[in-house]
Amino acid sequence: MLIRFISLFFLIIFAVAPSMAQEDARALFDALGKANFKQAEELVGKIASTGDPKVVPALEAFADGNLYARKSDGAVFIGTAAGANLALTDPMSGEKAGEEAKGALTKVKVNNGLRRAIRSALGGLTLLSPDKAIRMEAAQSILKSPSADSLELVETALSNETDMAVKAALEEARAASLLISDRPIEEKKAAVATIKAIGGQASLSLLSTALNSADEMLKPDIEAAIKSIQDTQSLWAMAQNIWYGLSLGSVLLLAAIGLAITFGVMGIINMAHGEMVMLGAYTTFVVQEIIRNSAPGLFDWSLAIALPVAFLVTGAVGLVIERGVIRFLYGRPLETLLATWGISLILQQAVRSIFGANNREVGNPSWMSGAFELGGLTITWNRLWIVLFAMVVFAFLLFLLKKTPMGLRMRAVTQNRRMASSMGIRTPWVDAMTFALGSGIAGIAGVALSQIDNVSPNLGQGYIIDSFMVVVFGGVGNLWGTLVGALSLGILNKFLEPSVGAVLGKILVLVLIILFIQKRPRGLFALKGRAVEA
Amino acid sequence: MITGFLIRALDRNITVAIAVILAIAVLVPASNLLLSADNPLHIPTYIMALFGKYLCYALLALALDLVWGYCGILSLGHAAFFALGGYAMGMYLMRQIGSRGVYGDPVLPDFMVFLNWKELPWFWHGFDMFWFAMIMVLVVPGLLAFIFGWFAFRSRVNGVYLSIITQAMTYALLLAFFRNDMGFGGNNGLTDFKDILGFSVQANGTRAVLFALSAIMLALCLLIASGIVHSKFGKVLVGVRDAESRVRFLGFRVENIKLFTFVVSAMMAGISGALFVPQVGIINPGEFAPANSIEVVIWTAVGGRGTLIGPIIGAVLVNAGKSFFTGAFPDFWLFALGALFIAVTLFLPKGIVGTVAQYAASRKAYRRAQATEAAREAANQAEAGPTSTQAAE
Repeated sequence: MLIRFISLFFLIIFAVAPSMAQEDARALFDALGKANFKQAEELVGKIASTGDPKVVPALEAFADGNLYARKSDGAVFIGTAAGANLALTDPMSGEKAGEEAKGALTKVKVNNGLRRAIRSALGGLTLLSPDKAIRMEAAQSILKSPSADSLELVETALSNETDMAVKAALEEARAASLLISDRPIEEKKAAVATIKAIGGQASLSLLSTALNSADEMLKPDIEAAIKSIQDTQSLWAMAQNIWYGLSLGSVLLLAAIGLAITFGVMGIINMAHGEMVMLGAYTTFVVQEIIRNSAPGLFDWSLAIALPVAFLVTGAVGLVIERGVIRFLYGRPLETLLATWGISLILQQAVRSIFGANNREVGNPSWMSGAFELGGLTITWNRLWIVLFAMVVFAFLLFLLKKTPMGLRMRAVTQNRRMASSMGIRTPWVDAMTFALGSGIAGIAGVALSQIDNVSPNLGQGYIIDSFMVVVFGGVGNLWGTLVGALSLGILNKFLEPSVGAVLGKILVLVLIILFIQKRPRGLFALKGRAVEA
Repeated sequence: MITGFLIRALDRNITVAIAVILAIAVLVPASNLLLSADNPLHIPTYIMALFGKYLCYALLALALDLVWGYCGILSLGHAAFFALGGYAMGMYLMRQIGSRGVYGDPVLPDFMVFLNWKELPWFWHGFDMFWFAMIMVLVVPGLLAFIFGWFAFRSRVNGVYLSIITQAMTYALLLAFFRNDMGFGGNNGLTDFKDILGFSVQANGTRAVLFALSAIMLALCLLIASGIVHSKFGKVLVGVRDAESRVRFLGFRVENIKLFTFVVSAMMAGISGALFVPQVGIINPGEFAPANSIEVVIWTAVGGRGTLIGPIIGAVLVNAGKSFFTGAFPDFWLFALGALFIAVTLFLPKGIVGTVAQYAASRKAYRRAQATEAAREAANQAEAGPTSTQAAE
C-alpha cells in the first residue's frame, strides 16, 4: 500500500513537474503583456532560464513583434495575420487557440534593447540543442551580438561540444563575448588573437567597440589587431578590384578581338562590329525562345547551342557585308569607316523593327547564376565563366592564326599582300574569310555579353568605342596586344573607379589613351617593318 | 595682300554661292517679316527656324570639309567643337535669364540653385558679357583643337588612328558633360533661354536676325575657307592631303600646316554651334555624341568632299531629308541614312558637286576636243583644197 502510494506520488510528480514548468513559463509570458521594457527584459531572462526548447518559437515571435495580449483576460498568444483577424497560437504548447479580432488584442511592444536580450537568450537556449545546425547558428548569432551574460553559457556549451566546426564557432563566440566581460586581461588577449584570426568587417567593428571600453593594458593589442585586419581587408579589396578589372577586361577582350582581326589583318575599320555583337546577343535570345517553347528541358544547354548558331549567323552577315560593300573599298580606310557606319545604322534599325526597341530578356542558365566566396572575394559565376570563355576564345584564335593553313595565309596577306598574291594565295578569298571570322567572333562575344548586359538594339554602340580603344592601345595586327590592352584597360578602369567615380575614371582612361597614342602611335605591340607604312 | 586673298578666293562658283547665300540672308527674313501670312511668298517662322538650323549645320559641314577635304584629316569629333561653341553661347544666354528663372536667383542659373550651389563656378564668370561669350565661342573650341592637334600632329598620328582618337575625344567630353558636378547643367544641359542682347529669343524679329546672321556667317566662312584653299598655303594643304611625306621632305612643317587648318576649322564649328543654340533653344550633352560627328561627315561626303560648296548643299539636303522622313516614316529614316552612307561611298565618292563638276569638265573637254577636231578638219580641208585643184590641173 505504502509502496503503491509512493509510486503514485512519484507518478504524480513526474507527470506534473513538466506541466508545472510549462505553467510557470506560461505565467511568465502572460506577465509580458503588462510589463514595461525593463521588466520584460527580466522576464525574457527568466523564460530562457526554464531551459525549455518549446519557448524558442514564442521568443522568436516576440522579437518579430508578433506577440499579442488578449484584452479580456491578459493571456498572451502568438498572433499571425488571418484576414482581418489574428490567428492565435498558444506560446507554450504551440496549439491553435482560435481567432480574435485585432481590436481585442494589444501588441506586446518590443524595442531594440529587448530584441538583443531575446536574441542572446535564444542563443543560450539553442546552444544546447541536439541539432548541430541549430547549435552552429546559435554560436554565430552570439558572435554577431556578443554579450558578457552569454559567456558562461557559451563556455558550458563549449565543454559539451563534440563537433569540430561548431566548436570552432563557439570558440569565436566565446572570444567575442569575453572581450566585453570582466575576465582577466590574459584571457582577453587570447580573445583578441582569436578575433583577429577571424578577420572581416564584423570582427573589425567588434574590436573597435571593445577598444572604447578596454583598459590601457589591452589597447595596443586591440589596435594592432585592428590594423592587421584592416591590412588584410585592403589586400582583399585590391584583389577584388583586380578581379573586377579582369572581368571587365575579358568583356573588352571579347568585344575587341574580332575587331583586332578585321582591323589588324585587313586594315579596315569596321564600325558595324558592335552590331555583330548585338546580332550575336539577339541570336541567343531567339535560340532561348525556341528552346523555351519547344524543349524547356534543354534550357541549360541554350548557350552552348547559341554559340555555333551565333557564329554562323554573324559570320554569314559579315561575309555578305564583305562581298557586298567592303571589297570595293580596299585601300580607302576612311570610306570603309563611313560605309560600315551606314551598315551599322541599317542593322540597328532592322533589329529594332523586328524585335522592338525594348530590352529583351535573355535568361541565365542555372550554372551561370549565383555566386561563391573565395576568401574575401565574392565571385559571380557568370563573370567567372565569361573570363574563362574569353581566354578560350583567345587561345582558339591564336591557334587558328599560328597553326592552321588558313592562319598562315591570313598572316601572309597581312604582311605583304602583293607578295602573298603572287605566291598563289587568293587574297580576296582570304579577305572574305577573315572578315567572316572576325564577325563570327563578335557574334559569340554577343552570346557571352547577353548574359551580363541588356539585350537591346543599342547594345553594340556601347562597346564600339571601347573596342577601338583596346585595339589601338594594344597595337594593330597583334592578338597579344589586344589581350594585354583589354586586361590592362579593364584593371586600370576598376582601380580608378573607387577614387574618382565611374564616369570620371572612364574619361581619364580615354585621355590616357589619347596621350599614349602620341607616344606610341602604333600601340603597345606595333608591327615592325614595311606593313606599318601601308 | 588682303585683296589678293579675296581675288583668289572669289572664283566664279564661290562668288555665285556667296551671292546666293547672301540673297537668302536678306530675302527669307524679309519675306517672313514684311509679307502678310496669306501671301503665297510668305515663309512661316517655323520653316525659317528649320532652315536657320540647316544653315548652322552647313557651316559645320564646311568646317569639316576644310580639314577633311583639303587636309585629309577625317575628324570624327567635330561635333565636340560645335557643342563647345554652343555651350559658350548657352552660358551667355543662361546668365541673361537673371532673376526670371524658376528659383529667381539673380546670379545662379536654376540648375545650380537646384544642386544647392552657393556661388558661381569660376568658369562661369564673364559670360554675362556678350563680347566675352563671343570670344569664348572662338577660343574654347580653338584651344581644344590646338592642344589636341598639337599633340596628335606632332607625333604623326594619322589616318584612321586620328579619326578614332578624335572620336574618343568627343566621347570623353560627352561623358564629362553628362556629369552634374561639371557645372554645365548635366543631363538637361542649358535651356529655357529668355533673351539675347535684350531681344526675346522667341520673337519673330530676333529669329529673322539670327537666320540672317547664320547665312552671313556661312558666307563669310565660305569666303575665308575659299581664300585659304586658293592661296599658296592651300596648295601645300592639298599636298599634305595627297602625299604627306613628300611635302615633309620638301621642307614644309606639315604639323604646323595641319594644326592651323584644324584650329580654323574648329573655330568655324564653334561659330556654327553658337548660332545654333539660340535658334533651337537648348544645348545638351547629346550634341557631343560620336554619332553626330559621323553624321556631319556624311553631309560633307554627300555634297562633295573638297569642294567647299558641296558640304553646304549636302548638309541642307540630308537634313531636309531627315526632317521629312522622321516626320513621314519615322522607322525608315535610319535605313535611308545608312543606305546613303553606303551608296555615297560606293557610287558617289566625289559627292554631288564633285560628280557634277566632273561631268561638266568632261563635257567641256569633249567640246574642246570636238572644236579642235573641227578646226583641224577645216584646216585639212583648206590645205586639201589647193592640192585637189592641183590634182585637177
